[in-house]
Amino acid sequence: MTTTDISPVDNGVNVEALLGARQHLTDAPEAAQFKWRASCEWINGTHNRSSISGFAGLGEEHTHRQTYTIDSDHPEIFASEDNGPTPPEMVLAALASCLTGGIATVATHRGVKLNSVTATLEAGMDLQGILGIDSDVRNGFDGIKVTYDIDADASKADIEAIVAQSQKRSAVFDVVANPTTIQVEVV
Amino acid sequence: MRTPVVVIGAGQAGLAMSRHLTARAIDHVVLERGEVANSWRTERWDSLRLLTPNWMSRLPGHHYSGPDPDGFMTKDETVGFIEGFGRSFDAPVRSHVRVERVSARSPGFDVVTDRGTWSCDVVVAATGASSEPKLPPVAAEIPSRVRQLTALRYKNPGQIGQGEVLVVGASASGTQIADELRRNGRSVTIAVGDHVRLPRMYRGRDIYWWLDTVGRLDERYDEIDDLNRARRLPSLQLVGTPEHRSLDLNSLAASGVRTVGKLMRIAGAKAQFSGALANLVANADLKQNRLLNLIDEFVLERGLGAGISEPTRPAPTILGEIPTEIDIARFETIIWATGHRPSFSWLDPSLLDHRGRISHDGGVCATPGLYLLGLPFLRRRKSSLIDGADGDAADLVGHLHAHLDQRCRV
Ligand SMILES: Cc1cc2nc3c(=O)[nH]c(=O)nc-3n(C[C@H](O)[C@H](O)[C@H](O)COP(=O)(O)OP(=O)(O)OC[C@H]3O[C@@H](n4cnc5c(N)ncnc54)[C@H](O)[C@@H]3O)c2cc1C
Repeated sequence: MTTTDISPVDNGVNVEALLGARQHLTDAPEAAQFKWRASCEWINGTHNRSSISGFAGLGEEHTHRQTYTIDSDHPEIFASEDNGPTPPEMVLAALASCLTGGIATVATHRGVKLNSVTATLEAGMDLQGILGIDSDVRNGFDGIKVTYDIDADASKADIEAIVAQSQKRSAVFDVVANPTTIQVEVV
Repeated sequence: MRTPVVVIGAGQAGLAMSRHLTARAIDHVVLERGEVANSWRTERWDSLRLLTPNWMSRLPGHHYSGPDPDGFMTKDETVGFIEGFGRSFDAPVRSHVRVERVSARSPGFDVVTDRGTWSCDVVVAATGASSEPKLPPVAAEIPSRVRQLTALRYKNPGQIGQGEVLVVGASASGTQIADELRRNGRSVTIAVGDHVRLPRMYRGRDIYWWLDTVGRLDERYDEIDDLNRARRLPSLQLVGTPEHRSLDLNSLAASGVRTVGKLMRIAGAKAQFSGALANLVANADLKQNRLLNLIDEFVLERGLGAGISEPTRPAPTILGEIPTEIDIARFETIIWATGHRPSFSWLDPSLLDHRGRISHDGGVCATPGLYLLGLPFLRRRKSSLIDGADGDAADLVGHLHAHLDQRCRV
């Protein structure tokens, strides 16, 4: 494994800034408290639109450069209009994004130049769960398979170690793999 | 009562310090709440053998000298070995003296015990790294119907009912206890968090022989990259048996132990386990192989060919279908093997930092005259092992001696 403090490779990740932030947040743990937010508005049928703009962290409020929106819907075979991906597909996309960003960061930190990274995800789901046909079947995925195809200037073992470390430090991986308390209220 | 130095704890760490103080003719006492080797007597299961080979039982002036240097001492033999060490230099141990409070006076310290107070210039805390179980938050959510036990209280299968057992933690203690219970006919599930996998034997030698030979165990606290991480590393997934067998998730699965991810929480009737197990296992396999590669490189560089067999790799860890939920009602007993932590409850809070911990630099505390011994990676990777006691005590006694000399001159 190559571990370097001053990384000679450029994957477009500013590792020095990240290491600086890590040191800063170690010294000032209050600043490490973040809030991520999203809102969602119903449009019609199963079609709805999520908006993401503001978040809190480092002791203050922040806004993204612009408000991002993601439409979600169900496909036509469910008699919907297919105006966007299904929510479970968005979960897969979120997981893939989180792991892929992590891979770029870890690789850069370890001095590994990435040439290409492609993730392919597949998750099984037995619809007897959400349709209430069989109460023994869970609503969610029965598992998620993520396949990475990575071209990088490193051995297979080093690439595997980068992918493993990215999972270890991934927020969405943790959110999906481990239970989280969810509180839903109506105002 | 007055003495220049009070050592608290008569395990190998406190005794190693006592031996170095004796060699320098520094007057001291060793206060012990039980008897010498109390932790080995009272906080280990009956069948326990050391996972370090006999030749690694090396204390100053007192080495294993029996017929089987590559074997593994039983718990009782370990007690005998440490007792023998104390006798070898007539260590000034006061047994059955419990330290209740240590507070700083200027100068020096008051050591309050259930048998009176000692005043001294120096305190060496050698009270062990494994005084209390470290339990995850989910422990508070277990229904009271389920019997709970920590590894420090586990003695033998006779203590455990015939119903299903959940062992939480898959480092040395968890894997050994799961293995023993399974061999004694129990249905056992093991919840696996972070762990360090290594084969017992590699290329015909014990893994500890390699760790020692390549210098791993002697790595110093001021030389390594991430000391905090190294100090938190769980114990190696190993067992010491006469057959020198490996103990890992594959061998547990083969004997019928069911593997699940880290126990995360109890939701209604269900125990929920992490879905991240595949990554933990992949990580453990990768790290194991990285270490074995390093050993192979070392063999090549040093030309150690003779008597060393060809490199092989342990089979990758195979996980079958892993449930993420199990009815908690299935388990009659839960055994927590989730690690330990030291206890400094007897130390005056003014000597602790804002998080209730002692900050120290390789065992030298910020409070002059206060020293620690026997904690994980205190000064070396092997600091908490029997084999680590001598080196650390030798380092610290020098500092301690200089401190005493300075005090005398003031
Ligand atoms: C299950 C298990 C297996 C292990 N196996 C191995 C192994 O195979 N090889 C190896 O090298 N290491 C092993 N270790 C690690 C280590 O060697 C032991 O933990 C060892 O007991 C540590 O020795 P110590 O002297 O640091 O502390 P301890 O042996 O814990 O000694 C501390 C002493 O302090 C006394 N004490 C505590 N508080 C007070 C107080 N307030 N007043 C007076 N006395 C007090 C205790 O009674 C005890 O006797 C193992 C540890 C565990 C938990």
